[in-house]
Amino acid sequence: MDIEKANSEAVNRMMEGRPIVTTLGKALETVPGMHENMLLHAGPPVTWERMSGPMRGAMMGALIFEGKAKNGEEAEKLLASGKIEFSPCHEHMCTGPMAGVISPSMQVYVVENQTHGIKCFSNLNEGRGKVLRMGAYSPEVIEKLRWMESTLGPAIKAALEAMGGVDIRALLAKALHMGDDGHNRLDAASILWTTQLAPYIAKTAKDSATAYETIKFLGENALSVLNPVMAGCKSMTAAAHNIEGSTIVTIMARNGTDFGLKVSGLGDRWFTAQAPVVKALYFPGFTEADACRDIGDSVITETAGIGGFAMATAPALVTFIGGKPQDAINTTLDMYEITHTEHKYFTIPFLDFRGTPTGIDIRKVVEKQITPRVNTGVAHKEPGIGQVGAGVVSMPMAPFEEALIAFADKYGF
Amino acid sequence: MTFIKSEIRSGVYYDSAVLMKLQRSLIDLPGVLDAGVVMATEANKDLLAQADLLTDDIKAAGVNDLAIVVKGGSEEAAQSALQKVDELIAARRGEGVSQEYRSQSIESAAKRLPSAGWVLVSVPGRYAAGVTREALGMNKHVFLYSDNVPLEDEISLKQEAAQKGLLVMGPDCGTAIVNGVGLGFANKVRRGPIGLVAASGTGLQQVTVRIHQMGGGVTHALGTGGRDLSEAVNAVTARQALDLLRRDPDTRVIVLVSKPPSPKVAGELIEAARQAGKPVVVDFIGYATAMRRMDNVTFVTTFDEAAELAVQLSKTGAQKEDDFNPAPFAPEQRYLRGLFSGGTLAYEAQLVLREYLPAVYSNAPLSKELRLKDSLTSQEHTLIDLGEDEFTVGRLHPMMDNDLRIRRLEKEAADPEVAVILLDVVLGYGAHPNPAGELAPAIAKVRRAAAENGRHLEVVAVVSGTDEDPQNMAEQVRALKEAGAVVETSNDAAARRVGRLLRALNPQGPTAPSAFAEVNLSAIKEPLAAINVGLESFTVSLAAQKAEVIHVDWRPPAGGNERLANILARMKSKT
Repeated sequence: MDIEKANSEAVNRMMEGRPIVTTLGKALETVPGMHENMLLHAGPPVTWERMSGPMRGAMMGALIFEGKAKNGEEAEKLLASGKIEFSPCHEHMCTGPMAGVISPSMQVYVVENQTHGIKCFSNLNEGRGKVLRMGAYSPEVIEKLRWMESTLGPAIKAALEAMGGVDIRALLAKALHMGDDGHNRLDAASILWTTQLAPYIAKTAKDSATAYETIKFLGENALSVLNPVMAGCKSMTAAAHNIEGSTIVTIMARNGTDFGLKVSGLGDRWFTAQAPVVKALYFPGFTEADACRDIGDSVITETAGIGGFAMATAPALVTFIGGKPQDAINTTLDMYEITHTEHKYFTIPFLDFRGTPTGIDIRKVVEKQITPRVNTGVAHKEPGIGQVGAGVVSMPMAPFEEALIAFADKYGF
Repeated sequence: MTFIKSEIRSGVYYDSAVLMKLQRSLIDLPGVLDAGVVMATEANKDLLAQADLLTDDIKAAGVNDLAIVVKGGSEEAAQSALQKVDELIAARRGEGVSQEYRSQSIESAAKRLPSAGWVLVSVPGRYAAGVTREALGMNKHVFLYSDNVPLEDEISLKQEAAQKGLLVMGPDCGTAIVNGVGLGFANKVRRGPIGLVAASGTGLQQVTVRIHQMGGGVTHALGTGGRDLSEAVNAVTARQALDLLRRDPDTRVIVLVSKPPSPKVAGELIEAARQAGKPVVVDFIGYATAMRRMDNVTFVTTFDEAAELAVQLSKTGAQKEDDFNPAPFAPEQRYLRGLFSGGTLAYEAQLVLREYLPAVYSNAPLSKELRLKDSLTSQEHTLIDLGEDEFTVGRLHPMMDNDLRIRRLEKEAADPEVAVILLDVVLGYGAHPNPAGELAPAIAKVRRAAAENGRHLEVVAVVSGTDEDPQNMAEQVRALKEAGAVVETSNDAAARRVGRLLRALNPQGPTAPSAFAEVNLSAIKEPLAAINVGLESFTVSLAAQKAEVIHVDWRPPAGGNERLANILARMKSKT
């Protein structure tokens, strides 16, 4: 059995995946396995009892948005009743940032990996501040969700369909050369996204007020492209999954309680451990004591070879890891130690255009005792408050070690 | 009581991460309770309001204004913190890209420094073999400083290396100089024409410093590790190193230093040294040889002697010895027959010849396995002491009576496999009054007979006498020469001459097993670039010598967890 060969196949599929955002659709009609009483969430499976504050808050907000509850109290009761099914986004080819809650009526991006014919999905980004994904569910949060459903979503959908879609891989490759890491810093990518969409929004919107609102919202939100990027990364890593004999990680995700991963050659088994605490810089008035444990599916970007792995492309982000540009370089160089290869399409100018470290190999992680480093936002640990900071975090070692042992068992090492 | 001070800076832009860092620096100042450094967007103003940091100034500020606000336990604390803002920002700008990245593995180090041809390994012994194997897998030579490496690992590593044309210097190799750059513990030594191979660390250092002090210089000094010259390891590295220096045109003299090796390995190494085609100085500390010199190889007994001789030879070149032309001999002619009248001369001749020939049989042998089954019948290379009791019962000693020797001469000369006859002719009082008078005609006769059968018979005679001896030494020599004999007056010189001739007629097989691939000489002569795994001081030393080097921040596989490390090892070996 040739692990190297299997890994090369997996990582090649990952890199050759070409995700195109083609349209939007209602989650209930678009997402496989979705039903009226289901809420998707970030990370590995989790029960209501063990669910983190922000994820609870987002779930409550989602039920209010769906009209299943009038207020937080009602929502909480319903959520604890067992009548609502919780399921990880990843089990439905979805990814959601932070709490990652996707409810049946929400609009989702459809991102199609045209190389391998894999469709993945993600919800619309709400911008910064008080947002559902950080666990906020106040009326203004719900109000924005409704606007997104009625105005933003349809406008983007019409534009995407009119223009024939947006190539996420090409957009990311460009953005990495403009100071983005592809995860925590998407300023350039979001601008590229907006400038591509804007003419078609102007052309297809039902009136100029709609066009104005939509373009303004996309342009002002430095994270407007985060969700399609995540779905794009998911469509690339999904292409690498289920390669017999491969030790490449194809999913990493957190839900604020647990961190979980899946390995290409180990099928559908989650390997989990308690989610870590993020070493972060906090917004005024907040400290680490306010922080929820690491949360969100956005670590799919690192799984695909960008984000923290591409830190060397994003010198402006370095203060998150203690300040010096060299630290950003070092983060990327460290990630080469645990990855299979250098990305064919995502490159780093400062490192003489080396490809980003791509394809996390559990053998290398365990041997060198280096876990993936992730750039991420931090939510408040209580529901309803929102984001409190941003920083970097190393994933826990135990799931990688367990996966290695499981691999040895399965393949007879 | 708390005091809030704020400041607005219009039209400046800082990345939000920089601002957050600044904010944290402000909070760390004495007397500061909280601080906010943000662009004055509506969202940020809300955040400041929640933290009770929103001042009227900030309320009035816009999205392009930078808001800095400090809450202090006293007015002075808040004010002085605000005044530090520029200082804090400036301090940040002063920090450059100074920190070197530390590679975590040979693999990534090799990607960063593709020209690295060497890996220095000084990790704990139980991990050293694994690291070395990884380096060999990436086609790097290894300087293996670690000790406590199991013998089986040393053997398998060196076999693997040899098959790939790579050197494993060590384990327990303390020192080496490659292309002018010292590895491990090494002295700053002038470059020059002397190449060294050594098992011992400090011994090698001593020889190289003495060479330097005496005005000489070094091409390469290659370490082998203390066990290399054992029979188990079979001198794999020493052979490779010798071969490398043999092929290196810049190395004009080779020095080989070791504690006494196993006799078998010593013999084979000396053999390899003799085929080096350049002077070799051998110091097998305390190893006994019969001669100080064999062909191009000279034996010494101290480091100092080794250095002195090497320097001298590097200046004067080797003393030229005659080349023998094997052409006149028939193909089957290979053997020596020595017919001695003097017992001690016969013994010394055997001692000298031992260094040239694998076995010389005798009726008075050096050791019992070399004893002739039958003193009257020679086998292969044979040297007979005709003065032994068995031949002198009832007849005169051969120093007085040549009859027996001439009969034996005729018998041996008729053997088509015989190429060389070696005789002693002892003059002086008591000896035969004219030995050449009888021996010379016999020699002429057997040589003629051989020539008639298409053979060339070399006869070498040692004439031991003085010009004042009663036999007229000059006349004796002349007669023997006229008969076609080669005449020497020194037993040692005669034996060596015969030895060299017989070696030419009996070529030795190649000493290195054919599985060895040649070490690429031109790559060794490139400027040295290395990856250092282990002791950081080695990295520092290499950098000080202006060699390119990457230090690997090595840790045990799987953090020392044996179960996981074993799984990883199995995965590596099975795939």
